[in-house]
Amino acid sequence: MSLTIKHLLGLRSVPKEDITLILDTAKGFQEVLSRDIKKVPTLRGQTVVNLFFENSTRTRISFELAEKRLSGDTVNFSSAGSSVKKGETLKDTIRNIEAMKIDMVVVRHQSAGVPKYLTECTNAVIINAGDGSNEHPTQALLDMLTMRDRWGALKGLKVAIVGDILHSRVARSNMWGLATMGADLWVCGPETLIPQYMQEFKGVTYTNNLDKALKNAKVVMALRIQLERQSTGLFPSINEYRARWGITAQRLEKSGCSDALIMHPGPINRGIEITTDVADGPNSAILTQVTNGVATRMAVLYLLGGGREHAAE
Amino acid sequence: MKTKEKSTILDTRAMRLVIDRMAHEILERNKSAKNLVVVGMQTRGAIIAGRLAKKIEEMDGRAVPVGALDITLYRDDYRSAFKQPAVQATDIRFSIEGKDVILVDDVLYTGRTARAALDALTDFGRPKTIQFAVLIDRGLREFPIHADYIGKTVPTAKNEEVKVQVTEKDAHDGVWMVELKK
Repeated sequence: MSLTIKHLLGLRSVPKEDITLILDTAKGFQEVLSRDIKKVPTLRGQTVVNLFFENSTRTRISFELAEKRLSGDTVNFSSAGSSVKKGETLKDTIRNIEAMKIDMVVVRHQSAGVPKYLTECTNAVIINAGDGSNEHPTQALLDMLTMRDRWGALKGLKVAIVGDILHSRVARSNMWGLATMGADLWVCGPETLIPQYMQEFKGVTYTNNLDKALKNAKVVMALRIQLERQSTGLFPSINEYRARWGITAQRLEKSGCSDALIMHPGPINRGIEITTDVADGPNSAILTQVTNGVATRMAVLYLLGGGREHAAE
Repeated sequence: MKTKEKSTILDTRAMRLVIDRMAHEILERNKSAKNLVVVGMQTRGAIIAGRLAKKIEEMDGRAVPVGALDITLYRDDYRSAFKQPAVQATDIRFSIEGKDVILVDDVLYTGRTARAALDALTDFGRPKTIQFAVLIDRGLREFPIHADYIGKTVPTAKNEEVKVQVTEKDAHDGVWMVELKK
């Protein structure tokens, strides 16, 4: 029972067996997190560097908690106040950090492809915590865990992701992952915010009609609308967006999906992409997603962190 | 690597009698089941734990809480093992604080799993005692660990394997010795 992947760069080329193993392992960590002592000694002696070149609250805290609950030693790096500001290159930064004998690197960067590049500069295990608008694999894995916990299986499950698909690494990772797992995935939003390469995502259906996307959906995921993009012309007015793609209780009822699991990767613009009553309603899994994030990241760290002494022989 | 079935250690009937005897010994030593809880190590230890608890209940008339413990995250070979073992469920829905805990495993061998189990259990609280029950003690200890209740002691060599089978997982009960040949 080992992963075929050595790093977690994205879900694009991760096989179904690996995703299933990560989700199954995360179940065990959900139990650990429900104990009084929420800590196990597994990563004792391993050092994990959280390398964050871009702002993050949720993801960074979630990774840090996951590392600490596995008894790993953690070092946090943020580009503000570092040598990056003095002009140090990414390669030099990582090689200097590696020289301090680290085992794993969790990286977030504003440019797509940085985690992949780092695998070429270091022997440490690389985990992508978000790279540009490319991927955010642990978010999609925790989303899939949350969906699987609610509905039992991902195969054939109708999932609707609504919003700015084009700029969303969360949507991209979910599209790769859910397609691999055989879910019936629909994406919906203004055409200007949909990638042109949609045909690459096998099994993913696009519509700009929210009612079609929602029809009998079991999971509805709203994405954050980045208000600053309004000035770029990609985006109608806030009011028009709200009227056509905003998730409201009436829209859900009309489409026969009042029992759908409501998800959002956060942070939420309340009253724009989703109304407060839906976001805080009985079917909302928004905070469950956050709780599952720690268990999922523990599973990823556990599965990628072990067995290297032997493998190196 | 070829395997060769060598001999039967316990057949179905003998296995039942051995488990019944261990239940008697546990009750004899602890006087009653009042303060007992039983925790079995995944997977077959947990099944044997269930049977021990059931037998103790039959004799004492009190319900004995049963839990399952997975020690994967407490192993000492995480960095060196070729493959990570799958994390299985730990399911202990009662407090072990101040209890007499009967820890159950199918085979006692190097003692490393028992060491991990002691660490894992003490993360759940401070029991009054932990008593260790094993169906088979095959010797060859690498750690200073001993069992309090032993179903059967079987001297073995390192190239032999003790296979415990239980109806719930393997379709029938019994213990066999298998020789691994290179």
